[in-house]
Amino acid sequence: MSKRNAVSKKGNIWHRVYSDRALYLLLLPSFIIMFIFTYLPMYGVVIAFKDFTPAKGIMGSSWAGFKYFKQYFNSFQFWPTIKNTLLLSIYSIVVTFPLPIVLALICNQMRTGKFKKVFQVSTYLPHFISTVVMCGMIILFLSPSSGVIAKLLSLIGIQMPNVMGSAGAFPSVYVWTEVWQHLGWDSILYIAALAAIDPSLYEAATMDGASKWQKMLKIDIPLLMPTATVMFILRMGSVMNVGFEKVYLLQNNLNTASSEIISTYVYKMGLVSSQYSLSSAIGLFNNLINLILLVTVNYISKKMSDTSLV
Amino acid sequence: MSKAITKNKIQKSRQDKIFDFIIYAVAVLLIVITVYPMYFIVIASISNPTDVSSGNILFWPKGINMRGYEQLLNYQQLWTGYKNTIIYTVLGTCANLVVNISASYALSRKNLVGKKLITFFYLIPMFFGGGLIPTYLIVRNFHLLDTRWVMILPFSVITYYIIVGRTFFSNNIPDDLWEAAQIDGCGNLNFFFKIVLPLSKAVIAVIALWSAVGHWNSYFNALIYLRDEMLQPLQIVLRNILINNQTASMMMTGTAATEARQAAELIKYGAIVVSSAPIMCMYPFVQKYFNQGVMIGAVKG
Repeated sequence: MSKRNAVSKKGNIWHRVYSDRALYLLLLPSFIIMFIFTYLPMYGVVIAFKDFTPAKGIMGSSWAGFKYFKQYFNSFQFWPTIKNTLLLSIYSIVVTFPLPIVLALICNQMRTGKFKKVFQVSTYLPHFISTVVMCGMIILFLSPSSGVIAKLLSLIGIQMPNVMGSAGAFPSVYVWTEVWQHLGWDSILYIAALAAIDPSLYEAATMDGASKWQKMLKIDIPLLMPTATVMFILRMGSVMNVGFEKVYLLQNNLNTASSEIISTYVYKMGLVSSQYSLSSAIGLFNNLINLILLVTVNYISKKMSDTSLV
Repeated sequence: MSKAITKNKIQKSRQDKIFDFIIYAVAVLLIVITVYPMYFIVIASISNPTDVSSGNILFWPKGINMRGYEQLLNYQQLWTGYKNTIIYTVLGTCANLVVNISASYALSRKNLVGKKLITFFYLIPMFFGGGLIPTYLIVRNFHLLDTRWVMILPFSVITYYIIVGRTFFSNNIPDDLWEAAQIDGCGNLNFFFKIVLPLSKAVIAVIALWSAVGHWNSYFNALIYLRDEMLQPLQIVLRNILINNQTASMMMTGTAATEARQAAELIKYGAIVVSSAPIMCMYPFVQKYFNQGVMIGAVKG
């Protein structure tokens, strides 16, 4: 090995490639699959700039320039879909980003033992419920006539409104059920970061007479910040990627005013009404915004705190 | 002086006691909020449907019976879905393992020529993609629509798994090991299969579990790429039962409307239990692997 490194100049590259040919063989399956099903579609996105018809194929269809982008920008669904996507997304980030950190801080205060274990297992558990079942549960529980929440509320004399049938309540339903399902799971990373804190810091603080609350404030929170920053950047990169599945399943005629987001619109335009070019244009537009956001947030964070992804 | 200090200490420890009390109270509340909905589903699925819909069931099951489950037994589509999901989960998990583990090992090797470029190739799709329609058209061009393959192969490369695997291999398989094996005349493939894989059970378990849960719960790909009813996975059948109220409209004929609605609700609770039980029951036993996985993945990629 060291002999090889010593002479590893240009002429040696092909020799190294050849001697490691088995490694390239290991890469081959994933490379081919990714090339076909991820990279070819990236090329296929040119249909956003074409009048695509399936009969003519991607190559054969004639160019349309920015026709479909303009069609989307001028359509009556443009602002509502953008607004709904941003609203859902920002609402979820504001709520679901800090709460796992709080949960981790709480968990960190508990003594190791049975109770802590029960706490962790039960808060992680909902993460494994599928989106379909989750949405089924939401609809069952929130039913104003037979749902269990309506019954519990009626015990204290409150009348349950028809939450699923109201556009105004949709974002809250979406976000808070998301919290219920993923809060525990999202906190694992922070719990791990807290567990890695040097115990001598706490000992020193105890000697100085710090209370538990003060230790949490002055030790735990500052030391979680780097992890939190990285998670935040990653999260910002998907601001426009509100999960299609859950929104689509919870959508109904009554709440569509706030539940029609870009991805559900792309799906309907593309696969329900077969407007392939228009749908691709909207999807591309969405992806570009995501990319710009990710790069911007990463850049800002790099400038401000030296924490960044790349 | 010393009196003041002890007084201060007592005050502090009282503060700490209140703090502890709040922490544990919040924790108990959180456990109740998380567990109750799941508990309710289970007791509702075995209770008398009239009691469930009139709100008599809140904490304990009443009029225990298995009627909901009996009706589910006759619900052929659900079992077809179950069978399909098992096929997709088993084969899909195998595909994920083969494809991602082998790639991540190759990428973990320090001296691989072109490593940076290849890693980049796998990373780009995390940030940019062709989107729904172009992907759909490619899948269609390869004649994979309405086949079982579409649920197993095309989306089996998952960059995140590759990163996790690569991090594990570069931290746990020392270079010396490969050098020693090489001196003994061991080739790359032999080394990978006979030495690396047996040493990497933890990461294999993590990726297998993630994949299995992912396939079991997956619904999007089936929605987009499968039309044939005989190929539909469990989650699509569940959507028909839970969201589109298929059973309710099926039973509306004949029996009285309220009764039909109640029976349909019972089926819903039962279907949720039947479909989620495998994963939920498995989870507490394999929890440690999931946690490990999150830790490995957390290392900067």
